[in-house]
Amino acid sequence: MAKETGHKGAHAHGHEQWGTRLGVILAVAGSAVGLGNFLRFPGQAAQNGGGAFMIPYFCALLLLGIPIGWAEWTMGRYGGRKGFHSSPSILGVIGRGSLARYLGILGILIPLAVSFYYTYIEAWCLGYFWHYLTGGIGIDAAAPIAEQSARAGEFYRDFTGAESNGVIAGGSFQTLMFWIITFSINIWLVYRGLSKGIEKFVSWAMPIMAVCALVVLARVLTLGTPDPAHPDQNVINGLGYMWNPSFEALKNPQTWLAAAGQIFFSLSVGFGVIINYASYLRKKDDVVLSGLTASATNELFEVGFGGLITITAAFIFLGTTNMIGAVQGGTFGLGFNTLPIVFSHMGAAGNFIGAVWFLMLFIAAITSSISMYQPSLAFFKESLGWSKQKATTLMVSICLIGSFLVMYYSKDGIFFSTIDDWVGTFMIFVLAMVQIILFSWVFGIERGWKEAHAGASMKIPGFYKFIMKYVTPTYLVLVFAAFCWQNLGSWIRSVAEEPLRQGAILLIVGTIFVLVLCTVIGERRWRAAGLDVDGRDEPRD
Amino acid sequence: MTPGGWTFMLVSLVFVWGLTLWCFIKVLTTRGDEQ
Repeated sequence: MAKETGHKGAHAHGHEQWGTRLGVILAVAGSAVGLGNFLRFPGQAAQNGGGAFMIPYFCALLLLGIPIGWAEWTMGRYGGRKGFHSSPSILGVIGRGSLARYLGILGILIPLAVSFYYTYIEAWCLGYFWHYLTGGIGIDAAAPIAEQSARAGEFYRDFTGAESNGVIAGGSFQTLMFWIITFSINIWLVYRGLSKGIEKFVSWAMPIMAVCALVVLARVLTLGTPDPAHPDQNVINGLGYMWNPSFEALKNPQTWLAAAGQIFFSLSVGFGVIINYASYLRKKDDVVLSGLTASATNELFEVGFGGLITITAAFIFLGTTNMIGAVQGGTFGLGFNTLPIVFSHMGAAGNFIGAVWFLMLFIAAITSSISMYQPSLAFFKESLGWSKQKATTLMVSICLIGSFLVMYYSKDGIFFSTIDDWVGTFMIFVLAMVQIILFSWVFGIERGWKEAHAGASMKIPGFYKFIMKYVTPTYLVLVFAAFCWQNLGSWIRSVAEEPLRQGAILLIVGTIFVLVLCTVIGERRWRAAGLDVDGRDEPRD
Repeated sequence: MTPGGWTFMLVSLVFVWGLTLWCFIKVLTTRGDEQ
């Protein structure tokens, strides 16, 4: 992408740009590919019909994930053409006014608040990587499964501070160290800027992650039948546990909800990231092929690696009876309890494979977490008119407070899972609905379609106009309604009952307060600078 | 593994690998704006 000749008066300090098209694609793909691809997806599929899950899954990919992604890429680039790089300002332009602008705050709140705990989990991956590199976590493969599970669980609870609140609880001084390293790397990469920091990093991190995934996949698929005493615990049956279809599950709305949810969170739409990343594109930079490629890459890691590695490996060593519990353990159970047991059974090379696996998870996580800091940094710069240094200081300060609260109130992960529920789940649905409705109905599907195709390297199939205007919003609203019906009651009750959850809500509210303040200040500054804050005019580039 | 399992797995894999490869080939062979 050529150096732009400048947006008039929009940028207070310097022009950030992507260096190459591949760079922005890998950055968005990196943002999307995370622990969920390797740990959440397999568990969800195995519990919701196995192979049959792929029917609602691919429906959701084609009707929800990809179209919302296209809308977000398009709106982001459009906002960038108006000189804006953050979701409040961009949605204010798209939605033509204050309501959209203030709803856009979600696009900063979500990545910022999720980063409070996501970087913590990322530090666990780094820590586990280190431990596997230096001898494992002390699981005895010869001991009964129950004992191995206990040892894995003990290590996990100690490492993550799940036992009790308080910094440096148990052995987790080490965890704090890994967090400091992790957080520092994140801030350093984001501070270096879009091209020299994020883009440069993802251009080698993503291929390395792919190589790690291939190594682990090759190891898992060549395991054969490791235990002659259990000939049924083999690779093919392991794959079967994940992929054999149970069509009964399709009759259950829960399956469709689970599939839509998985696609949604996996693709990182409605997260405030794509809209920010795309805002650094120019008018004639393609968004259609780029958006599709980023989504496809995410699916490759999810279905092509997550779908083949995790459940298969677990099954081979744990067998059918233990699988139910393993799968119900969810993302963290599978990742940090079950798989350590699996690696301990892989003989001499087990620790090496374990190290490769956790390195892969760490890379998956960090390419996601850097994308969570970038929108806030851009927002503080443009709303307050601050330099990169000052904006970074503000962001780091907020993140230090949020992250330390997460690490201090670590008991049973209640604090961070509350943020994950309300911000990392509920609000993402809301933002995605806001975005698709603004795109298709306020900005208008005709205008949006034309805007999406500016500079496009491929055409979106014509029937997608109908899909984006009617099907996607309806599908999303239905999924959201079902989700609320299923969860909201118990979530609200659990907040009312548990002080730790109330504390987390307080942190979220405090963060919202700061962001609203910045938006108020920003709006005043943008109007004073003569920027088209409410999207009255076409871009002049 | 049942025939259904093989079918779902192979079709899914062909789809994700095929789509990804097609996209990357198109990205690398389509001229974007000048660097």
